[in-house]
Amino acid sequence: MLEIKGLTAEVDGKPILKGIDLVVPQGEVHAIMGPNGSGKSTLSYVLSGRDGYEATGGEALFHGQDLLAMEPEERAAAGVFLAFQYPVELPGVGNATFLRTALNAIRRAKGESELDAMQFLKLARERMKALSMNDEMLKRGVNVGFSGGEKKRNEILQMALLQPKLAILDETDSGLDIDALKIVADGVNAMRGPNFSALVITHYQRLLDYIVPDRVHVLMGGRIVRSGGPDLAKELEAQGYGAIQAAA
Amino acid sequence: MPAVTETIETVQAVTESTYKWGFETDIDMEFAPKGLSEDIVRFISAKKEEPAWLLEWRLRAFAAWQKMEEPRWPAVKYPPIDYQDAYYYAAPKQKAAPKSLDEVDPELLRTYEKLGIPLREQAILAGVEGAGETPADSRMPIAVDAVFDSVSVATTFKDRLEKDGIIFCPISEAVKTHPELVQKYLGSVVPQGDNFFAALNSAVFTDGSFVYIPKGVRCPMELSTYFRINAKSTGQFERTLIIADEGSYVSYLEGCTAPMRDENQLHAAVVELVAMDDATIKYSTVQNWYPGDAEGKGGIYNFVTKRGACRGARSKISWTQVETGSAITWKYPSCILQGEDSVGEFYSVAITNNYQQADTGTKMFHIGPRTKSTIVSKGISAGHGQNTYRGLVRIGAKATGARNFTQCDSLLIGDLCGAHTVPYIENRCLSAKVEHEATTSRIAEDQLFYCRQRGLSQEDAVGLIVNGFCREVLKELPMEFAVEAQKLLQISLEGSVG
Repeated sequence: MLEIKGLTAEVDGKPILKGIDLVVPQGEVHAIMGPNGSGKSTLSYVLSGRDGYEATGGEALFHGQDLLAMEPEERAAAGVFLAFQYPVELPGVGNATFLRTALNAIRRAKGESELDAMQFLKLARERMKALSMNDEMLKRGVNVGFSGGEKKRNEILQMALLQPKLAILDETDSGLDIDALKIVADGVNAMRGPNFSALVITHYQRLLDYIVPDRVHVLMGGRIVRSGGPDLAKELEAQGYGAIQAAA
Repeated sequence: MPAVTETIETVQAVTESTYKWGFETDIDMEFAPKGLSEDIVRFISAKKEEPAWLLEWRLRAFAAWQKMEEPRWPAVKYPPIDYQDAYYYAAPKQKAAPKSLDEVDPELLRTYEKLGIPLREQAILAGVEGAGETPADSRMPIAVDAVFDSVSVATTFKDRLEKDGIIFCPISEAVKTHPELVQKYLGSVVPQGDNFFAALNSAVFTDGSFVYIPKGVRCPMELSTYFRINAKSTGQFERTLIIADEGSYVSYLEGCTAPMRDENQLHAAVVELVAMDDATIKYSTVQNWYPGDAEGKGGIYNFVTKRGACRGARSKISWTQVETGSAITWKYPSCILQGEDSVGEFYSVAITNNYQQADTGTKMFHIGPRTKSTIVSKGISAGHGQNTYRGLVRIGAKATGARNFTQCDSLLIGDLCGAHTVPYIENRCLSAKVEHEATTSRIAEDQLFYCRQRGLSQEDAVGLIVNGFCREVLKELPMEFAVEAQKLLQISLEGSVG
C-alpha cells in the first residue's frame, strides 16, 4: 500500500509537485497520465529518492514506512522498484554481475541468503525464458550498446528478478515497438497479484491496452486533476489533455 | 550535483584506517650507519659478500649518481629529499641464512601470515603438511620470494622449480650461485646511469628476485615477490632481474606494503626483463605501499624504473599494474621491442585518493620490423589526488609495419582532483600505424542512482562502476590476483571513492 498525502517537491528550487494525494492499495495497478512537464518523472524520482528531487512537504508512506526519510537503497530493499525511462549504461560492468549484486543486496537486506553465481544463473535463465529474452544479454555490459527496446526489457528482467512490492514504470513504453511493448506488458502482468502493485507512468493510452490499470490518474501542473477507471485513459486518448485542462 | 557532494563526503570520511597493512613488526634489525657515501656502498657490498666486479659496478653507479639531478619533469610535488637522512641497509638479525622456513624468525613468518602471503605453501607442495587434502589445495601454487626491508627472508618452491631448470632466488644469492648470468644481464636493460633513481638503486640495491627460465620451459606456476618495508627511516632499493630464454614462458607478480608512518619513505626499485626468441614474460604488479593519511602526511615515494627488452624475434613482454598505494608514484614500465614481430603491452590502473600523486605510464620503443604495442591506461582520481598518464611511443626508421594502439581513460570523482594525459609519439617510419584514444569522465550521478535504486549501497555502487571502468586491465591479471586486485580497488575506493 502506497499512500501519498499532500506531496510537494521541487527541482533546482522550482516547485514541480504542488500537492499530490494518491493511494495505491496493494494488489492494484494505477496509471498516471499527463502531458510533458506535468511532473510525472519528478513523482517517480521523489518516490525512489533521487538526489536533486527534494520533497518539500507532505508525506509518502509505503506499508506504513516513511519513504521520504529513507536512502534510495533502503527503499529498494523495502520493495520499491523504478523502471527507468532512460536506463543508464554501466560500461565494463557485466549485466549478470550487476543483476546478481543487486539481487543479493536486496536479499541481504531482507535477511535472505545470497545466491551464488550458479544459483543466480539458473534463476536468471528461468526469468529470461519467461520474458522471451536471449541470455546473451547477461554477458554484455549493463545497457551498453543495447537498443532502446533491449534496455526496457532489461528493466523488466530486473523487476522480475528483484520481485518488488511496488513497481514504478516511468514511461517504459516510450520508444518501444509493438513487440517489445507486449513483452514489457507481459512482464508486468505476470507480476500482478495480491502482493504487487504498480504505478504505470505514461504519456499515451497505448501501453494501457496491454497493462489494464485498476485506476487512472491525470497529472497536470503538479496536481492530480482527475481520477477514474480504465475508461478515463480512452477518453484522454480521444479528447486530449486540453479538454481535461479546460474542465479542471 | 548532490550525489557527487555525497561521494566527496564519503571520501573525506575515510581516514588511514582503511589501510590494513599498516602494522609494524617488532624485530631485531641490523642497520648500516645513516646516510649515503662510497663507504656505505662498500658496506652493503661487503655485507652481501659480493665479488669485486659487482662492487666496482656499484661504485661506478654511485659516481654517476653524484653527478645527476633528481628529475623535475614529473607532474608531482614533494619537498626536497635528504638522501643523507636515511638508512640504506636494514636487515632482520639472523645468525646465518635460513635453510628452511623453520629457521626463519617466527616474527617474520607471522608478518607474512598477517599480510596473507603464503610462505607455508612450500610444505604443502612437498607433501609434508596435508598435501592435497581438499580440492582447494589443488589449485596452482604460487612461488614466493619475500623481501623484508633490505633482504630476502624466504623463497618458496625453489626445489620444485629447479627440477625444470628454473632459477628463482634472491638476487644476492644469484650473484654467488649464477655469477655469469647476473654479470651478463645486470644493467643490460637499465644501465647504471639511466636516470637518477636507477643510478641510486644500482649503487645501493640490497636484494630482489632473480629469475631464469631455460629454453623451451613453461614455468609451471606463478612466481611472485612480496616486498615489505618495515624499518623506520629506511629506503628500499630492490633489484629484480628476469631472463626468459628462447621459447620460454613466465608469469610473475609483485606485491608490496609498508607500515603507516608520518615520514615519507623512499622506494627506488629497478626491474629488468629480458625475453629471447619466442619467449613471453608477463609481469604483474599490485602496488599497495602506504599512501599517506587523509591529510597527505607520510606515505611511500615510489620512484621505480622498470624496463623490458624483447631481444628475440616474436618475444613478448606484458606489463600489468594496479597502483593503489604510495604517496607518489613515478614509474614507466617500458618495452624495448628489438626482435622482429615482438610485442609489448602495458595495462595500468592507477588510483590516487586524498593527496596521492601518480605520474605513470610507459615507453614503447619500436626498433624491429612489425613490432606491436598495446597501451591501456585507466587513471582514477579522487579527493585531492593527481593522476598523470605520461607515455612515449617511439617508432624507429627500421620498424616497418610497426603498430601501436594507445587508450587512456581517466575517471574523476569529486571536483578537487585532477587527471592529466601526456602522450608523446615519435614516428620515423612511414609504414607504421599509431593510434591514440583518450577519454575523461566522471562517475555520473545517474549511474550511482541507478545502482542504488537497485539496492546497492553508495560504496558498492562506486566499487562496481570503478571495477567496470578498469575491467580491460584487471582481466589481464592472473585470476587469483585479479580477485585480490578487485578487493583492493574496492578498499582503496572505500577510502578513495565511496
